[in-house]
Amino acid sequence: MEKGDGLMALSCPECESEVSPPEPVRQHEVLECPDCRAELEVIAVEPVVLALAPEIEEDWGE
Amino acid sequence: MTGIRAGILGASGYIGGELLRVLLGHPRVAAVVPVSRRLAGRRVDGVHPNLRGTTELVFRSMDDVSPCDVLFLATPHTQTMDMVPGLRSVAPCLIDLSADFRLRDPVVYERYYGTVHTNPSLLADFVPGLPELYREQLEEADLISVPGCMATAAILALYPLSADGLLDGAVWVDGRIGSSGAGSAATSTNLHAERSGAMRVFAPAGHRHEAEVRQATGLEITMSATGMPEVRGAQVVCRGRLSTPLREPELRRIHREHYADEPFVRIVAQRRGLYRLPEPKVMHGSNFCDVGFALGDDRDVVLVAALDNLVKGAAGNAVQCLNIRMGWPERLGLAFPGLHP
Repeated sequence: MEKGDGLMALSCPECESEVSPPEPVRQHEVLECPDCRAELEVIAVEPVVLALAPEIEEDWGE
Repeated sequence: MTGIRAGILGASGYIGGELLRVLLGHPRVAAVVPVSRRLAGRRVDGVHPNLRGTTELVFRSMDDVSPCDVLFLATPHTQTMDMVPGLRSVAPCLIDLSADFRLRDPVVYERYYGTVHTNPSLLADFVPGLPELYREQLEEADLISVPGCMATAAILALYPLSADGLLDGAVWVDGRIGSSGAGSAATSTNLHAERSGAMRVFAPAGHRHEAEVRQATGLEITMSATGMPEVRGAQVVCRGRLSTPLREPELRRIHREHYADEPFVRIVAQRRGLYRLPEPKVMHGSNFCDVGFALGDDRDVVLVAALDNLVKGAAGNAVQCLNIRMGWPERLGLAFPGLHP
């Protein structure tokens, strides 16, 4: 989906909020969801597909 | 300087000090009148040292108070209800921060505060001072009753789901509160040797604020409370059961629908970072209430909220109500975002 200002509006795979990656979008680029703050990786560009980026989790003493 | 004249009864306490701090910096308040029975004649900055260099005010006695545009009552529970009728001639607008006019039912008040309500006919005249639920009524209100700090946090945590009928059955509210929530009076329980480092479950069930949360949400509430080894801050963790299964994105959308336009409610439910859910540490001095959520197994849901108990939990919320009542921008005088680290 194209937005009026030229930015592409996608859905965060974690929280389904709108994410607008800056163009031009590059493969393997990492973005942050402005809502849930998940790190998202661009895994494809034609069309653009976002996936959760792998991350190292804290164990918080568990 | 043009602006209103605001009086504070009980200005020597911690909530009174926060009212002074906020009102002295408020662009539409021309004069602040601090009243203290105990400290009349003494300098305000002798009790509230953070105000040094900002004011030359001294506390006044009640007999020395000339008419004000608004009067904040930071006076003790069970005593304020006797004071209110006599204060109507001092100011056309009263904003009460005690518990005496929070509960609609005098029987419920007696059960939770251990004394008969002496002015039950006034209970229905007070509008709850919670803008997120009662903004339109506050625009016309002359009598405003600000909720308790943990009650404010719990109501704002529960409201999106309770308003949409998405909670089923009883909700357990676990409240945590810093020592300033116990007031400024010296007691043996507040001795540093006893309090420091302690996590005291002072209300394992039936905390007073549960009646307010029940009244505002219509939910069956049981509330516990623990005193934490902090000075400021309140946090509630509410456990309930969804009436229908929801995914996390749907929970987020519901919260956004209720709070997207609220100037002092932020949705904090993040996947990354050190502060993924509402945390009082970063809210000191601010008028925000952060609300968040998480899903458990099946239909279990956890709703979390945090605020500064003296600001959004008391003085800041009261000034937000004043802003609404006066038709001023709601953020006026309340823009401070808190501290980090």
